[in-house]
Amino acid sequence: MTSSVLVLIVLGLAIIAYFAGRQRALSLAKRDGAKLHSLPVYYGQSVALFLAVPALFLLGAWLFLQPVLIESSISGKIPDSAIPDGGAKSLVMVDVRRIAGGLSDLVTQGELSEDDLTLMRADATDIRARLATVGVALGSDVSPAVFEVAKEYRDIELTADLVRNTAVLVVALGFGYWAWARIQPKLRARNISETFVKALLMGSSLVAILTTVGIVGSLLFESISFFKMYPAEDFFLSTTWNPQFRGGSDLGFLPLLWGTLYVSFIALVFAVPIGLMIAIYLAEYAGPSLRSFAKPAIEVLAGIPTIVYGLFALITVGPFLRDWISQPLGLGTSSSSVMTAGLVMGIMLIPFISSLSDDIINAVPQAMRDGSYGLGATKSETIKQVILPAALPGIVGAFLLAASRAIGETMIVVMGAGASARLDLNPFEAMTTITVKIVSQLTGDTEFASPETLVAFALGLTLFVFTLCLNILALYIVRTYREQYE
Amino acid sequence: MTEVTANTQAALRGGKGGSLLEVGARTRKRHRTERRFRLMGLAAVVFGLLALVGLMTSILSNGLSSFRQTYVTMDVYLDPAKLDKKGNLDPADLQKITTFTIQPLIQASLKTMMDERGIAVEGVDAKEAFALISKEAPAQLRHFVLADPTQIGKTVSFNMLASGRIDGYYKGRVSMESAALDRNISPAQLQLADELKQAGILESRFNWSFFTAPDASDTRPEAAGLGVAILGSAYMMLIVLVLALPIGVAASIYLEEFAPQNRWTDLIEVNIANLAAVPSIVFGILGLAIFINFVGLPQSAPIVGGLVLTLMTLPTIIIATRAALKAVPPSINDAALGIGASKMQAIFHHVLPLAAPGILTGTILGLAQALGETAPLLLIGMVAFVREYPGAPPEGFFDPASALPVQVYNWTQRGDPAFVERASGAIIVLLVFLLIMNAIAILLRRRFERRW
Repeated sequence: MTSSVLVLIVLGLAIIAYFAGRQRALSLAKRDGAKLHSLPVYYGQSVALFLAVPALFLLGAWLFLQPVLIESSISGKIPDSAIPDGGAKSLVMVDVRRIAGGLSDLVTQGELSEDDLTLMRADATDIRARLATVGVALGSDVSPAVFEVAKEYRDIELTADLVRNTAVLVVALGFGYWAWARIQPKLRARNISETFVKALLMGSSLVAILTTVGIVGSLLFESISFFKMYPAEDFFLSTTWNPQFRGGSDLGFLPLLWGTLYVSFIALVFAVPIGLMIAIYLAEYAGPSLRSFAKPAIEVLAGIPTIVYGLFALITVGPFLRDWISQPLGLGTSSSSVMTAGLVMGIMLIPFISSLSDDIINAVPQAMRDGSYGLGATKSETIKQVILPAALPGIVGAFLLAASRAIGETMIVVMGAGASARLDLNPFEAMTTITVKIVSQLTGDTEFASPETLVAFALGLTLFVFTLCLNILALYIVRTYREQYE
Repeated sequence: MTEVTANTQAALRGGKGGSLLEVGARTRKRHRTERRFRLMGLAAVVFGLLALVGLMTSILSNGLSSFRQTYVTMDVYLDPAKLDKKGNLDPADLQKITTFTIQPLIQASLKTMMDERGIAVEGVDAKEAFALISKEAPAQLRHFVLADPTQIGKTVSFNMLASGRIDGYYKGRVSMESAALDRNISPAQLQLADELKQAGILESRFNWSFFTAPDASDTRPEAAGLGVAILGSAYMMLIVLVLALPIGVAASIYLEEFAPQNRWTDLIEVNIANLAAVPSIVFGILGLAIFINFVGLPQSAPIVGGLVLTLMTLPTIIIATRAALKAVPPSINDAALGIGASKMQAIFHHVLPLAAPGILTGTILGLAQALGETAPLLLIGMVAFVREYPGAPPEGFFDPASALPVQVYNWTQRGDPAFVERASGAIIVLLVFLLIMNAIAILLRRRFERRW
């Protein structure tokens, strides 16, 4: 019985429980001649909730923990002789899991009986060929030791699944029966069911906290194991980024940081003046018809997925810059460059800056404008000398939010900026950023316990801390500013 | 420093331009500055609009051609001597038919047809003529024969894909000059293609298989389609909808209606605001570390993508839902409480239904955002080359699949330039989906918008 079937069974039981609880309340009330405390639906609801929620919680927790527990108990049983030279235990575990899965498939397809399986030996049968018939491809032949571990893994898993299914059903029926049995006409069913629902609502709002804990936890945990393998001062201070497939790589973070900041800088230099001018024009000069057309049209730019910008950089902007600017000027021959990514990212950031600044400019009280006009200032003088200074903190906030978005942006730089890590000033050279390297280190086929892979988590952590600081600073500035006119 | 004071001062000093009726040089300068500033603003707006137009033109001009495809229509004789040597139509034997047994059949049929119609170009032999047809065709034919073995021995008319280079020739990607330098195609073959086109054997038609076919390998871009990616994206959106909507609404109700003002709820609120600003790739790292490495869910599966996108979409839904709940006037709540409803009843029976259109709009926008998200999906292995369709849900959630934006990325990484056209075409499909979702959101808002 798979877990999805189990969920369906529990939900089915909950529906039955609802009607059973409702029926019991009604019949008890009729027999005793007493009035029900709550509406009949609440009696049904309370039974159904008690039946389903704890059981589903148990199932969820079990699904989360079972693989971890089985893994830790089984991995100790892999003999050192079964681990190939230069390989890691985790890779053998992957094989174990696949063999176990393949064996289960063989059994469910009726090609293999449980008795045959117990007798099956790796040195006597060609397991690799048999597993291939159910679509499990193994890289190498299966050694007897690994096969025994796989069989044991499968046994433990089967037992654990059985225990899990029984436990979930017992919890469901037990709680359901308990809730059903205590129904009396006087029972405050509405209060019970509402408290329960309130607890569920509260639990849902904790998901946000759990997500943050998950992010910080996974980043920290893997970064620590990275820094155990690779010295932190080399990571933060070295100027060479040169990952090697077979160990001994230089993983200096500075070239990536430089690339990230350079691309973001170009994007902002491009986006901030244009975005700000758009906001000023739309807020102060444009008539209602132009405003109602141009504002949503520019905001469409903000709703376009970044992969679209990435493709735009790749097929249009990159070749254009190369053929018309960088090659004639002799600045470079690469179509992916800091300039390509920066320009396209700038376009992406324009609506972001323009609509935030637009809101802020609109929030400046009319009295300030009128005062300035009354003194005889022109519109542009009013904007430059009154409105912008008043709106400055908010605009700086928008600027910082845009910067944090630029630093964390991935698809545009992956497709537009190139992959070579270097410290260079020429904007028409390909450079690389933190996010590009996170993608390239984690999408390769490298082994998971090597510093070359784990460095991605350290990069992710730096990125997270960086953008978090910028966001907090931006929110702080925007909030402090907003208080001035309220 | 205003006009009047300046002029008055000038008048007092007895200098020129003292008249209030005459426009002084300084005033003219200030007006010029004003006009310049205004023009700069207009230029910025025009630039923003041009950027949008440029982006759309670039994608459309590159991608629209992927909706048409060149096909070769011809009769193929399904030779029993090759396909069914024993003549007993035994399914086990038929399974052994390979594309290599079928290839000569197509080649022979092509040659016969060309001879019959007298189509010939000097320097193109039968083998080179066969290169005009996609490598996908033998597989297609094999599939046809296995599905209906009774057709063996008959002559059947087939629509076969032309090869990517021929397709590119009619879309302007391949020219006579570039063919001369290309190992895969020669100018003579292109001439042959032109003759075939005149004979009506080669034609370009609407490309349905672009929406239904799975991805194809590097050597046959003409066969690559979006089927698996659309299905994978649909599965992920389903998971996001089923998980993010209830959790998001529940969390918003708690925060908006029940939560006391204390440190805990403050922490939750700050958290939600922060999550909305965390770079998307960090969510991918979370998915890789927690869902794949820790829990052991399979890579490239829609379930992992769905969970990651759910966590990303939650803040959007929560923020929209809270705004919608806030917009319902408190008098509704008060009236319900006044006639004896409990707080829970007042919210679930009165406030929530009135806020539903706003919640729905926010959810659709959140889903649209999730549909276009790429970076986190790269990290959880959705880039894998998937040719098999995932099964039906719920088991299909655990099968390998692709997703629309990732398929775009995947195609841009390939060598053959024909894939760039496919990628732009896929972007158009993605944008159409987004457009539909946004249109629905706007319609809902218009239809149910209520001013209290």
